[in-house]
Amino acid sequence: MTEIVKSITTPIRLEYVYRPGRATSRFLRGLAEGRILGQRCPVTGKVYVPPRGASPTHGVPTEEEVEVRDTGTVTTFCIVRIPSEGLSIPPPFVAAHILLDGADIPFFALIHECPFDQVRMGMRVKAVWVSKEELAPTFESIRYFKPLDEPDAPFESYREHL
Amino acid sequence: MRDVAIVSFAQAPNVRCETERNEVEMLMPVVAEALAASGIARGEIGFTVSGSCDYIAGQPFAFVSGIDAVGPWPPINESHVEMDGAFALYEAWLKIQSGEVDSALVYAFGKSSMGDIAEVLTLQLDPYTVAPLWPDAVSLAALQARVALDRSRVTERAMAEVAARSRRSAKANPNAQLRGDFDVDALLAEPYLVAPLRKHDCPPVTDGAAAVVLAAGELASRSCARPAWIRGIDHRIECHSLGARDLARSASTEIAGEKAGAFTGSFDVAELHAPFTHQELILCSALRMAPSVSVNPSGGALAANAVMVTGLIRLGEAAARIHAGDARRVLAHATSGPCLQQNLVCVMEA
Repeated sequence: MTEIVKSITTPIRLEYVYRPGRATSRFLRGLAEGRILGQRCPVTGKVYVPPRGASPTHGVPTEEEVEVRDTGTVTTFCIVRIPSEGLSIPPPFVAAHILLDGADIPFFALIHECPFDQVRMGMRVKAVWVSKEELAPTFESIRYFKPLDEPDAPFESYREHL
Repeated sequence: MRDVAIVSFAQAPNVRCETERNEVEMLMPVVAEALAASGIARGEIGFTVSGSCDYIAGQPFAFVSGIDAVGPWPPINESHVEMDGAFALYEAWLKIQSGEVDSALVYAFGKSSMGDIAEVLTLQLDPYTVAPLWPDAVSLAALQARVALDRSRVTERAMAEVAARSRRSAKANPNAQLRGDFDVDALLAEPYLVAPLRKHDCPPVTDGAAAVVLAAGELASRSCARPAWIRGIDHRIECHSLGARDLARSASTEIAGEKAGAFTGSFDVAELHAPFTHQELILCSALRMAPSVSVNPSGGALAANAVMVTGLIRLGEAAARIHAGDARRVLAHATSGPCLQQNLVCVMEA
């Protein structure tokens, strides 16, 4: 009897050189100095971080550089319990959108030093950086965000960013 | 049928490797230039459509971030094809024909330098029986060149002449990447890269971006002193299996040419999307190109080949000859897929 082939495996691997462009390069170099750099839309005044060089709403260059704080407000979050291939952090962990002080778009980051059942919208948090010697032009310069001993931000302050 | 014209065209300088700017940073000035030349305000554009391929950037949904360059706020009527921007232009033309909109912005971008483009293109092949063997784009083109050399009037000398003429013409194109004077005998003395192709038979690796504005009727006449009216546009595709095709001719180009009106009347200029020298010879034969036609005065894909952009540039370059008053009737061609699998032909008149 002829056996039916039910599946085949065809491995694919492609390598790329990622070139972040001018705006994102400045952002990455800022991280190497322990600073978070965004850029301002000349039309709306909104500050985008990380910047990609364009105002995503108006299609014009965002040339004015703005340093934002490394503190912010959790706008939304989820608790990841499912392991996935290529993920460097073992679950469970908290992934959150954080609206940095001075920015107009939430920033994706992890939250630690906080029990899961206490993470909430409006929670104030601060970046935990790697040591000065380890700072580099990479997102990994920020290890995670931890809770600040501050009252929660009012919903009105971040409702636009959900 | 509505009268639709290309009313403006802009492109970034084609370069081997754009190290400084990301795709959006490359696109923004190009889109702004095309819109400004059309006089149609950003917010007045009826439809926006782009052509690009995420495998070139190596990032999922790279095409979505491309739209940052057009400023889609308030939300716009938008679409994308995972193909050369020339096929996005076809969609825009259809959209205008439907009567739903009167104008369209078409843009394309691609930085081939980010990966190994010849290998990236392997992923468009049959994923079960062809792609696992990893035939790259140059090798497949070489298979086609072999068939053409053995079965038609294509010769290695004629191929080298295409390369020399393209790069000589490119000297007049400030946006071209590869230009200069080359001696045909010297080219033929070079070793094979992938036999029967030599290095000069192959396109350069290019980073680029381009944008075109289309408009209908009176809006086109107001937007441009000499609109390039699209008198016919058609595209046809051949089957996926390379072995089932006659690689020495381009049957899809013949039909698209017929439907687009390429065989009625003469042309001043033809811009053909032929990344490999023998492909230009196959296309000229399929389109019954008269010797009097100026073929690829821009230098064509052999002078700059930003994959996903090259076809749209052919349409833009051909239209620009009409805009400038240098031509009255032009033909533009774009291709997609391995060995000229799919072909688009567009005839434009002043």
